[in-house]
Amino acid sequence: MAEIHLTDNRRGFGYTNRKDAWWVRPLVIFVCLSIFLIYVTWAAFQGRHYTFGPYLSPLYSPELFGDSSHSWFGNKPGWWPRQFPWSPALLILWAPGLFRLTCYYYRGAYYKSFWADPPACTVTEPRKKYWGENSFPLIVQNIHRYFLYIALFFLLFLLYDVWKALWFIPPGGTNTGERSFGIGVGTIVLAINVVFLTGYTFGCHSLRHLVGGYLNRISGAPLRARTYRCVSCFNRKHMLWAWMSLFWVMFSDIYIRLCSMGVWHDWRIL
Amino acid sequence: MKADFQIWRGDASGGKLVTYSTEIAEGMVVLDAVHQIQAEHANDLAVRWNCKAGKCGSCSAEINGIPKLMCMTRLNELPLNKPVLLLPMKAFPLIKDLVTDVSWNFRVKKKIKKFTPRAADAADGTWRIFQQDIDRVQEFRKCIECFLCQDVCHVLREHQLHDAFIGPRFLVHVAALEMHPLDTEDRLEDVKKANGIGYCNITKCCTTVCPEEITITDNAIIPLKERVADRFYDPLKMLFRFLFRSKKIIK
Repeated sequence: MAEIHLTDNRRGFGYTNRKDAWWVRPLVIFVCLSIFLIYVTWAAFQGRHYTFGPYLSPLYSPELFGDSSHSWFGNKPGWWPRQFPWSPALLILWAPGLFRLTCYYYRGAYYKSFWADPPACTVTEPRKKYWGENSFPLIVQNIHRYFLYIALFFLLFLLYDVWKALWFIPPGGTNTGERSFGIGVGTIVLAINVVFLTGYTFGCHSLRHLVGGYLNRISGAPLRARTYRCVSCFNRKHMLWAWMSLFWVMFSDIYIRLCSMGVWHDWRIL
Repeated sequence: MKADFQIWRGDASGGKLVTYSTEIAEGMVVLDAVHQIQAEHANDLAVRWNCKAGKCGSCSAEINGIPKLMCMTRLNELPLNKPVLLLPMKAFPLIKDLVTDVSWNFRVKKKIKKFTPRAADAADGTWRIFQQDIDRVQEFRKCIECFLCQDVCHVLREHQLHDAFIGPRFLVHVAALEMHPLDTEDRLEDVKKANGIGYCNITKCCTTVCPEEITITDNAIIPLKERVADRFYDPLKMLFRFLFRSKKIIK
């Protein structure tokens, strides 16, 4: 019988008795989210190469003001402060950004990966003080549902973008002239983007609460009960939808950007 | 084949890890090995156990640093080329060896408002409920009170906020009462203040270690957080309640 004397039960940051590679998961999440944040910030400030033919990058949709034919209200607004760099994405990207930032899944993920609170289950944290989501700023996470409402509108805008991505300028046509029906790889890319974002948004915990979770009896409302079950079904794979939609939003922008820059060629299927 | 087990021996005043070597056979679980060590090497080794079937929740411990039931952890799931590390649960005071004092949990439970059913539906004093209304709550009834979720929760384990936070086990209990179609009690103010739901930062460790596979975070804690948000953080709902002077709780 060998003996090992334990001294202090409380150890420094990162101490654990776990023997598995507990650090892999938070590290992978840290790297993936960092890549996404860096790319999206870079792409949002570019202000160009965000459209290609009938395609509009989801990072720039809806384009409220801008130079492209997708713009709703014309060119860059006069009220935009001159000292700030201009890009149409800066007007709208805060909404889906805050929806993801306050999402229950991402909260758990970035508290671990970025804030080490804790780094992983049963792994010691770097700080002794802990307030949780009881005080500012994290108490703001409780209004996640308002960003959900906005995100639901964004789904409609992105669905409209897919519709527009079905109508191409015929050979020899002008940008303002007639359109002909077609399907390009970009159309498929944008359609998959809407599917993934719908799966992510429809699985939102706040939506699950709002469609029926707040009630203790849903048997009296069959439609509500069906909706609750449907949202619960999406909710069970919320993490998967969150990652697929995150990746695909970035890929959609990359696809349209590279097509616009002439690096990739958009293959027409129909 | 022999395997080594490093087991914590000691009490609240201190202790040490002691390595025991014992013969293992196919199909053995960690608790079997602990009983064998008890019989062969350490008759005074304290270990709490009862059913050996994952239903009593007694044999909770930390196996290789992860809170688990000893009776449900098969040895062939563990790397046996190194000693298997067995520690008592860290979130509770140690009594002896692998046995901790979990009585704090029972004191917490007593403070939670009890089930208060509405008036009976039938003259014989019984109620009528639909299965689909009780489905959610039935998941929470699977809890065996092993307190592994309490042990893994960093709010209790690391920050020792036992006075401010009731932990995942009792948030599940509150959810089972709050979501019950017959219950009429209102616990949301307690959930926010006395029960400290805001301390939960959704790391889902409790869900990960639950031997009954209760989806603690998604099905109990987050729905409670949303109900608390309804009452205390949603400005539109607060305005609506103010305008209509209604504090009626939807049940």
